[in-house]
Amino acid sequence: MPQDEHKEGVGGMINPTRYGIERVAYLLMRLSGLGLLAYFVAHIYETSNILRGQVGWNEFLELTQTTEGHIFLAIVIAMCVFHTVNGIRVMLGHGGVGVGKPARPDYPYDPASQNYRHKIGIYSSIVLAAVATMYGLAVMFGE
Amino acid sequence: MAQVSSISNEQSSTAKSIILKISRYNPEHDESSQFMEFNVKYEKWTTVLEAILDVKKHFDHSVAVRYSCRQATCGSCGMIINGKPRLACFTKISELDSNVVTVEPMNNFPVIRDLAVKFEKLFDSHQKIKPYLIRDDTELVSDEKEFLQTPEEVEQYIQFANCIKCGLCNSACPTMATDSSFVGPQALAQAYRYVADSRDKGKDSRLKIIDDSHGIWRCHFAGSCSQVCPKGVDPAMGIQLLRGYMLGFRS
Repeated sequence: MPQDEHKEGVGGMINPTRYGIERVAYLLMRLSGLGLLAYFVAHIYETSNILRGQVGWNEFLELTQTTEGHIFLAIVIAMCVFHTVNGIRVMLGHGGVGVGKPARPDYPYDPASQNYRHKIGIYSSIVLAAVATMYGLAVMFGE
Repeated sequence: MAQVSSISNEQSSTAKSIILKISRYNPEHDESSQFMEFNVKYEKWTTVLEAILDVKKHFDHSVAVRYSCRQATCGSCGMIINGKPRLACFTKISELDSNVVTVEPMNNFPVIRDLAVKFEKLFDSHQKIKPYLIRDDTELVSDEKEFLQTPEEVEQYIQFANCIKCGLCNSACPTMATDSSFVGPQALAQAYRYVADSRDKGKDSRLKIIDDSHGIWRCHFAGSCSQVCPKGVDPAMGIQLLRGYMLGFRS
C-alpha cells in the first residue's frame, strides 16, 4: 500500500495567508499566468474569426464592446502588467540578483533574500497593475 | 475524541492558561486525524514543547512527539504550530499571542503517529546531493597541510552550514506541497553550501544531480522556506545563488 505522504496539496500551495507578501505574489503569479494562457487561446480563436469575412469579424469584435467585454479586457490588462513586472523581479531573483549576500546570521534571523528590494518589486507590480487597469477602464468606458 | 482536561492548583499564581489542541492520528487504525484539547497553564517562558510534555505528564502519556535537545539544535521537534511550521522547543506560548495553540504534524512528511513524522525522504535527499567535501587529496595524510580558508571564503557558506535538518523549510515549501519528487529546499541549500566551499572540488557532480526537472528548476522563489528557518539558513538565498551560477549570472 502506498504510504500517505501527508502532502498539503493544492489547497496548501495556493494559501496566501501564512507567509507574507511573497506568498501572495507567488499565488498571483500563478493565477495571472494561467489567466494569460487562457486569454492566449481565446485570442487565437478570436482572430480566427477573420476567416468568416468582414461581417463575421465585426460581429465577434462587438463582443468586446460590451460592458462584460470591457471588464474582461481590464482583467487581462491587470494580469498582463502584474505578470510582466513581477516576472522581471522573479527572473532577476532566480539569477541571484538582489537576494543578498551570505553572512553569519544573527537572531532574530530575518532572511536576507526576503529584503525590501523584492518587497518593493512586489508592491510595485500590484500598484502598476491597478493603475494600468484603471487607465484601461477609463479609456474603454470613456468612449 | 475531543476532550478538555486541566490541572488545578499545581501552578504558580502568575501562570495563565491556554487551550492546547493536539492532533491525534495513528495511520495504522485511524481514518483521519482528530484534535484533543487540553487546558494547560503557562508562564512567560514556557515553550510549546514544554506544554506538550506537560500534557504527556499529567493527562495523556500516549501523545507521540519527537524531541531531544530542547534548544533548537537537534532539529527533532518541528511541527505545525498555529498553522506555521516551527520548532516546538524554540516557540514560546507567550509569543503566539493566542488563547488557543494548535499543534499538528509537519506537512509534506508521512506521519508516524500524532506529531511525529518520518524523515527518511529528507535524509535521502540530503544524502543525494553529496553533503561532504569532494577532492582527490586529503588533509589526513601526514605530509599534507590543512585546507586553509580566509574568513571571506568561510563567509560564503557558513550560514548554510547552520542547517539542523529539522524539515521546517520542506514543510513550508509550496512546491513540496504537490510534487513528491522535488528534492526540496533543504537539500538544495546544502548543495549550495558545498558548491560555495572553496575546499570542495565536487561542484560539477553536484550540479548534475540538481539540474533536473524535479531539482533546482522547480523552486519558484516563494521564500517560505527562509521565513520558517529557525537557524537563519535562508535556503531561498542559497537556491537562487546556485541557480544564478547555473544560468551564468554569477561566476
